[in-house]
Amino acid sequence: RGALDLPHGSVVAAACSRVGQRVLHVDRRSYYAANWASFTFNALLTWIQEHQAESLSEEVQDRSSLVEEGEELIYLSGSDSASISNLQVFCYISEEAEEEEEPPNTTEEEEAAQEQGEEPEADQPQPSAPPSQSEPTRKKISYTQLEKEGRRFNIDLVSKLMYSRGSLVDLLIKSNVSRYAEFKNVTRILTYRHGSVEQVPCSRADVFASRQLSVVEKRKLMRFLTSCVEETEEHQAYNGRPFLEFLREQQLGDNLQHFLLHSIAMVTEDTLTEVGLTSTRHFLRCLGRYGNTPFLFPVYGLGEIPQCFCRMSAVFGGIYCLRHSVSCLIVDKDSNRCKAVIDSRGQRISCSHFVVEDGFVGADRRVTTPTRLLSRAVLITDASVLPGDSEQQVSLVTVPPTDGRPAVNMVELSPSTMTCIPGTYLVHLTCQSVGSAYEDLSPVVTRMFCTAECQDQENRPAVLWCLYFNMADGSGVEPEGHDLPSNVYVCSGPDGALGHEHAIKQAESIFLKILPEEEFCPPAPNPEDIIYDGENTSPTSTGEEEGLTAAGGEGEEKQQEQQEEETSLQPEE
Amino acid sequence: QHGRVKIKTTAQQEEEKRKEREKKLKIYVAARDACFSKRNEGIWDDEALQLTQQLLSSNPDFATLWNYRREILIDKDEVQKIYEAELSFTESCLKVNPKSYGSWHHRGWVSARLPRPDWARELTLCDRCLSLDDRNFHCWDYRRMVVKMSGVPVDQELAFTDRLIGSNFSNYSSWHYRSTLLPLLHPESPEPPSPCQQLLKEYELVQNAFFTDPNDQSAWFYYRWLLGRGMSIEMISCVYVNRDEERVAVAFSRPVNAQSVGLFLVLDGQPQRVEWRSVHPRFKQSPVWICNLPPGTISDITNERNLTVHWTEKHTHRDCALYTGRTESWCRDSATDQELFRSELSVEKTSVLQSELQSVKQLQELEPLNKWCLLTIILLMRALDPLGYEQEMLAHFRTLKEVDSMRSAYYSDLCSKFMIENTILKMEYAEVRVFSISDKNLTTLCHLDQLLLVTHINLSSNHLQRLPPQFAMLQCLEVLEADNNAIENLEGVYHLPKLEEVLLKNNKISTLADLQTLASCPKLKRLDLRGNPVTQTANVESELAELLPSVTDLLL
Repeated sequence: RGALDLPHGSVVAAACSRVGQRVLHVDRRSYYAANWASFTFNALLTWIQEHQAESLSEEVQDRSSLVEEGEELIYLSGSDSASISNLQVFCYISEEAEEEEEPPNTTEEEEAAQEQGEEPEADQPQPSAPPSQSEPTRKKISYTQLEKEGRRFNIDLVSKLMYSRGSLVDLLIKSNVSRYAEFKNVTRILTYRHGSVEQVPCSRADVFASRQLSVVEKRKLMRFLTSCVEETEEHQAYNGRPFLEFLREQQLGDNLQHFLLHSIAMVTEDTLTEVGLTSTRHFLRCLGRYGNTPFLFPVYGLGEIPQCFCRMSAVFGGIYCLRHSVSCLIVDKDSNRCKAVIDSRGQRISCSHFVVEDGFVGADRRVTTPTRLLSRAVLITDASVLPGDSEQQVSLVTVPPTDGRPAVNMVELSPSTMTCIPGTYLVHLTCQSVGSAYEDLSPVVTRMFCTAECQDQENRPAVLWCLYFNMADGSGVEPEGHDLPSNVYVCSGPDGALGHEHAIKQAESIFLKILPEEEFCPPAPNPEDIIYDGENTSPTSTGEEEGLTAAGGEGEEKQQEQQEEETSLQPEE
Repeated sequence: QHGRVKIKTTAQQEEEKRKEREKKLKIYVAARDACFSKRNEGIWDDEALQLTQQLLSSNPDFATLWNYRREILIDKDEVQKIYEAELSFTESCLKVNPKSYGSWHHRGWVSARLPRPDWARELTLCDRCLSLDDRNFHCWDYRRMVVKMSGVPVDQELAFTDRLIGSNFSNYSSWHYRSTLLPLLHPESPEPPSPCQQLLKEYELVQNAFFTDPNDQSAWFYYRWLLGRGMSIEMISCVYVNRDEERVAVAFSRPVNAQSVGLFLVLDGQPQRVEWRSVHPRFKQSPVWICNLPPGTISDITNERNLTVHWTEKHTHRDCALYTGRTESWCRDSATDQELFRSELSVEKTSVLQSELQSVKQLQELEPLNKWCLLTIILLMRALDPLGYEQEMLAHFRTLKEVDSMRSAYYSDLCSKFMIENTILKMEYAEVRVFSISDKNLTTLCHLDQLLLVTHINLSSNHLQRLPPQFAMLQCLEVLEADNNAIENLEGVYHLPKLEEVLLKNNKISTLADLQTLASCPKLKRLDLRGNPVTQTANVESELAELLPSVTDLLL
């Protein structure tokens, strides 16, 4: 019934398949989920190469021979390469592990300077790492090792976290899709302040244990957070005025004000009070459901999420084709509806609905919106920015805006998330672009990490390898108003927000346009409750374990059902 | 619709589940019956182990089956191997029900008998259980056993409570465990030196908790424990002797049963055979006991007499000299000497208490309506200077009654107690035998054992509803003023040998029976009952004349 072309299209695909629609899911690439994907280290290197080579566009083939009377063609753009730009790669480690220590020499700086001066397009994906670039004191992992163990990395192109009461978690639970993945708690929230990294006390236990807050500050913080939960008249009185002003008048002091503004509400100084409070409330509602922070992160990376929905779609009959793209749409002139699509091999496939990522819609048919970009950096480091009792911390680090540079969200993943190899941390930085990703983020990287240039290697973790790139900001894309047939739906790429609200909301609204009568992702049935072909009445007992249950187990069962919601998305601890 | 996955209806599922349950029940009942009959036949074999295992793993709360299992296990050889299997079996039962009495008990039984126990493993299991539910008292109990058996050092256990409190400080079990560990780690020396570092650290820890969440009780209770470690010494606090009545009254620092603690009276070196009785027949335990000396032993006013009361159980005694020409005499330690009302809270140095008071006051500025905070301030103030802080204390009690109106009666009683303590202190500083506490909103009477020597008491204009049996401890009382209360019960005005005047204007005494106890006071002359319902009774005057023949001045 429908043809799909990704990305959180995977959610739409799962939702459609689940209610009995026939879904064909095609992707031009060799992996699912476009910019939502996770890569191994080696696959990421390939991706980098492809994107640097992608300027030569595919030849547009004439498909007019396939058009019947009363139909017309809309050509889709061959690639969405425009969504990624300014790729830059830096490597700060030697090719091979070395036993002998060499003093750093001047070539190091020259190399780095040279690299920065180069045009991004011309940048080498794997810059040669001559031995001179090595760092003698902290050299443990070599580039060869990264490549050799590259399969154990799961590097996401987007960096997001799951709010434990956000719409993604709700959807995963409601639809039973959560059974396809496991999750870890984000264990702490950090912030960069006065040149160092501090832990943000956000839960009751954190506040109690905090060494940096005085008892009076503890009380003020707890009282403020409690008072935020419900909207009061006092709050309303500040509507339309900056959140910062509201915070200042609560007499909280600089410490708490910083924590609340940048790490809990995660807003800027000119955000309005009502927005700041809504954001604070969301944060607080998410606390304590699965752990001491409001966030979860999927084991094996965010790329797992679209995969899970694809799996769900496939379970309910969705058909998947990789390395296969749709080159044009066939539109019925009378009804202005898309009747069929033509794939890259010239095959005509009928469809009743078509969902496409905005990048594939030709510029002539798009509503022109000023392109907004995200700046991204991915670092592989050798230590945590704030070493703690445990080496398996998963941290969100908020870096407040400085000197006209935007606020940066940084997520530091430990090997426990199965996204990097033991002895390393995978660090994602994200902000709204002002300049190129390198311009926006490298100052933060040099302040918080030790790159080749840094002298005091004592305190800061070293960057082993890093990648900068810009990505189109999906929140800047209009889902409506394009010059397209009424049954063609455009979904945007990833947005810059920390949560998944934007993507899930969009997926649900597309689904409701396609199938206004149907429920969005109803719970998937248990395998034993599915009736197979020709089977009418209850199947013979599946020969389950002959377990014993105490009589009167009915009450227990009820309880179990109630618990289901929480346990089905049990963070793995 | 085509291609849509078909799902069973709810009715179908229900039906299947019902059948499933029926089937399971059948198997369960059959296995249970098999177990019982085997046990009756005295068969203790491996099959029985298997059967009980099958049953217990789905219902771990079947105590009889656990017993049967132990009967079988106790005779086994190769204990180590079999018992280790038992451990993993109970572990699986605990997954079914983490609060199963049977499973935990069985695990304890097995662990204690294991030749080579792996206590570290058991501690890990407890930690895991407590991380899932930090209030699982079964696990706490089992853990205590493990700690005892394996001799985990106290400081390690303290670190364990640090961890638990760190993850959730609303946990009485952890705080309480801490309160049992600290005295072991820092045994109290007889001469308390400057407060030790550990104690200061404890104050800091608990302050962090109640500043973070002042509504959480557990931290406040722990704080009370930290502060209040004063212990009064057990002793005879007062010996009173009256020549005319040939009577001795003895007051103790705590309620005792004088008939069983080995109380001896020695008069001029001669042990006396006396009959000790409590002041009121209601009391088996009492802080005040009285006895009559044999007639004539001390009646001669020209003789000096020396009394000694021995409390043999506590190896303590008190002497009392009755000098020539005196009709009564006493020997005692006063409440002020003993710092009685202060030691109730703390023996800490004033400087420590002062700084604690500052901290809690700081919290009160932020949380002016927090009841725990207010109550703690009151207690600290009382430990520091009960008279100096009297006005502030009263103001805090007023706030408490407003913010926690459900407990206003409790606060009224507590405030009464503190006001009585203050009045006792004032009386003793003034060295008088008059106890006057009118118009202070008293709702209850207490510390009456401290008023043994009082001759005049003024309780007017309070909210008292009764004069309780303890009132009979006022053995020297001559004048009782209690106008303008709500007294309806005079139970405690009982055998007061010197009582002459009872003023009960405007109270709630309604029947003659309520006045019955007054008949036991032989010297009662003046009685004011104006404004009481009882005055409306028919023939009240003649009835009273009959009931209380000694009364000459009756006001109705």
